[in-house]
Amino acid sequence: MQVINEMKLVIDALSVNEGYCRVAVATFVSQLDPTIEELNDVKTSVSEAVTNCIVHAYPKKRGKIYITARLYADGLSRVTIKDRGIGIEDVKKAREPLFTTAGGERSGLGFSVMESFSDKLTVRSKPGWGTSVTIEKRIAGKGK
Amino acid sequence: MPVRISTEANTMTAFLSGEIDHHSAAAIRDAIDTQIQINRPKLLKLDFSEVTFMDSSGVGLIMGRYKNALTFGGRTEVANMPAFAEKVMRLSGLEKIIRFYKEK
Ligand SMILES: Nc1ncnc2c1ncn2[C@@H]1O[C@H](COP(=O)(O)OP(=O)(O)OP(=O)(O)O)[C@@H](O)[C@H]1O
Ligand SMILES: [Mg+2]
Repeated sequence: MQVINEMKLVIDALSVNEGYCRVAVATFVSQLDPTIEELNDVKTSVSEAVTNCIVHAYPKKRGKIYITARLYADGLSRVTIKDRGIGIEDVKKAREPLFTTAGGERSGLGFSVMESFSDKLTVRSKPGWGTSVTIEKRIAGKGK
Repeated sequence: MPVRISTEANTMTAFLSGEIDHHSAAAIRDAIDTQIQINRPKLLKLDFSEVTFMDSSGVGLIMGRYKNALTFGGRTEVANMPAFAEKVMRLSGLEKIIRFYKEK
C-alpha cells in the first residue's frame, strides 16, 4: 500500500513532552479525517507508548524518543514509537494485563490500552537495544 | 492547577480538569494527598467532568487516591467520567471496587 505522507519526530524522553508527542501525531493523523473517537484512540495509544519510553526505557541516562508516523492511501495510520533504552526481557509477559515492573502508581495497563485502542500492535524489544512499538489504526473516517 | 479541591462536612471533592497523563498526574496526586492528610474525609469524590484526555495514568491516579483515602478510613467515589475515558476504565476493572456515577 502506498504511503501518502510521513513524519518523523525525535524528542527528549521527558515527561513534559508527553502531551506534545500525542498531539503532534494526532494532528498529523487528522489528515485522514478521523472521527473524534478514532482520534482519541490514536492519542491514547501514542500516549501510552511515549510514557513507557519516559518511565521505563532510560532509568540511568538521558535518552530520546523516535517517532515515525505514516499515512497510507487506504486510510491506515501506522505509528512507530522507539527508544534506545534498556529493552524488555520478556515481551509476551510485559504485554499481559496488569503486568508492571514499576512500583508507585503504574497500573500495568499500558500495553492492554494500546492493544484495544488499535487494530494491530507490534512490540519488538531486546535488552540493551531498546524497544520499538508499532500501532496500526485504520481510520474509517467521518465520511463513512 | 489541573485540580480544584473543596471540602464540606465529611466529604472532600476534587474537581480534575484538562489532560491526565503521567506528567500531569504527579501534581494532581500531590495536591489531593495533601488535602486528604489534612481533612481525613469520610468520602473522597473525584469529579472528572472537566477532563479532556486520560490514559492509563488516570487509573493509577484513582487507585492511589482510593488507597490513600482508605488509610484514613475514607471511601472513594468517581463522578462524571467522560464517555471517551470509559474504555480505559472498563479495561482497568476499577468499577469492581469503586462506585462510578454520573450527576448530569
Ligand atoms: N519502552 C520500554 N522500555 C523498557 N521497558 C518497557 C518499555 N515499555 C514497557 N516496558 C515494560 O513493560 C511493562 C508493562 O508496560 P505497560 O505499559 O503495560 O505497563 P506500565 O507502564 O508498567 O503501567 P501503566 O502503563 O499502566 O502506567 C512495564 O512495567 C515495563 O517493565
Ligand atoms: Mg505504561
